[in-house]
Amino acid sequence: MLQGTTIDEARDPLAIAEGWLDEGRKVAVATVVETWGSAPRPVGSHLVIDADGNFQGSVSGGCVEGAVVTEAIDVIDSGAPKMLEFGVADETAWQVGLSCGGRIKVYVERVS
Amino acid sequence: MDAGALRLLNEERRARRAAILVTDLADGSARVVREGEAVEATLAEPVAKAFRSGNSGAVEAGGRRFFLNVHVPRPRLVAIGAVHITQALAPMAAIAGFDMEIIDPRTAFATKERFPDVALHAEWPEVVLGSRPLDAYTAVAAVTHDPKVDDFPLKAALDAGCFYVGALGSRKTHARRVERLLALGASAEQIGRIHAPIGIAIGASSPAEIAVAVLAQVIRALRTRGAEAARDDAA
Repeated sequence: MLQGTTIDEARDPLAIAEGWLDEGRKVAVATVVETWGSAPRPVGSHLVIDADGNFQGSVSGGCVEGAVVTEAIDVIDSGAPKMLEFGVADETAWQVGLSCGGRIKVYVERVS
Repeated sequence: MDAGALRLLNEERRARRAAILVTDLADGSARVVREGEAVEATLAEPVAKAFRSGNSGAVEAGGRRFFLNVHVPRPRLVAIGAVHITQALAPMAAIAGFDMEIIDPRTAFATKERFPDVALHAEWPEVVLGSRPLDAYTAVAAVTHDPKVDDFPLKAALDAGCFYVGALGSRKTHARRVERLLALGASAEQIGRIHAPIGIAIGASSPAEIAVAVLAQVIRALRTRGAEAARDDAA
């Protein structure tokens, strides 16, 4: 109870990303940069991903993380950042989308 | 984002200092801006606003699109005094998103029975603050009415740059307190930052109502940091 006023090292995505870099792992960070309507995670939320597809944190309620991880592995390979958009109105919604009806933009970048 | 920016950002967050990661969405370049650090004129207003609100978001500046990811420490509220007001203040502050702590060396007041589910230190402020220092994202409300307990943490709060420092007591009580704080080495500018009498003017009467007035004043101080605050300190 007396802790918790600084960051939670075991669960904080950016602290985990730093730890992974220290271990020599390749890391991508995905960030929610815009939301419309009912979105499960607020702007600024992070998912961190390594080259093997391990991930921590969240950018949605588990609805689109799988797709973000796949894209992040590409981003780690190429080094070029990507802007992803997910929403129930998208054609891709049948595979990955937000069942809540919201729409989100997720920026995926490699930490180099 | 490069690894250096990530490490610097985490270092600031671990030290409970506010910082913004500014990412240029066109090329992915990113840098860390610490609170109070100068930025180019086109970003000055959105950066200042983001620090105040704590809200992240995309902005247009100078024909470029940036994402400002704001990392603001979770605010703490430290009450000096395990009194009736504090019994109402503690649950309300927790609901409003503050990490609440209570310090009172009087063991008859600082009991778990009176204060369940809150960090409670039945010790002198001098002892507690030695291991849990105050900082810019901490508010201090001194409500014991007892100079022996209140004066030290008030001076410590002013020295630490706490975003809010409030002290319970009438204007007459406060005038005597000012004399003592001056004797402890506080400057006139520092003393001007103390909210006394404590709480915004809502005609608060009961302990719970005074707690509402105090919490409102704390929230206003938090959300107007760095801006010209409309001060309304009369209780």
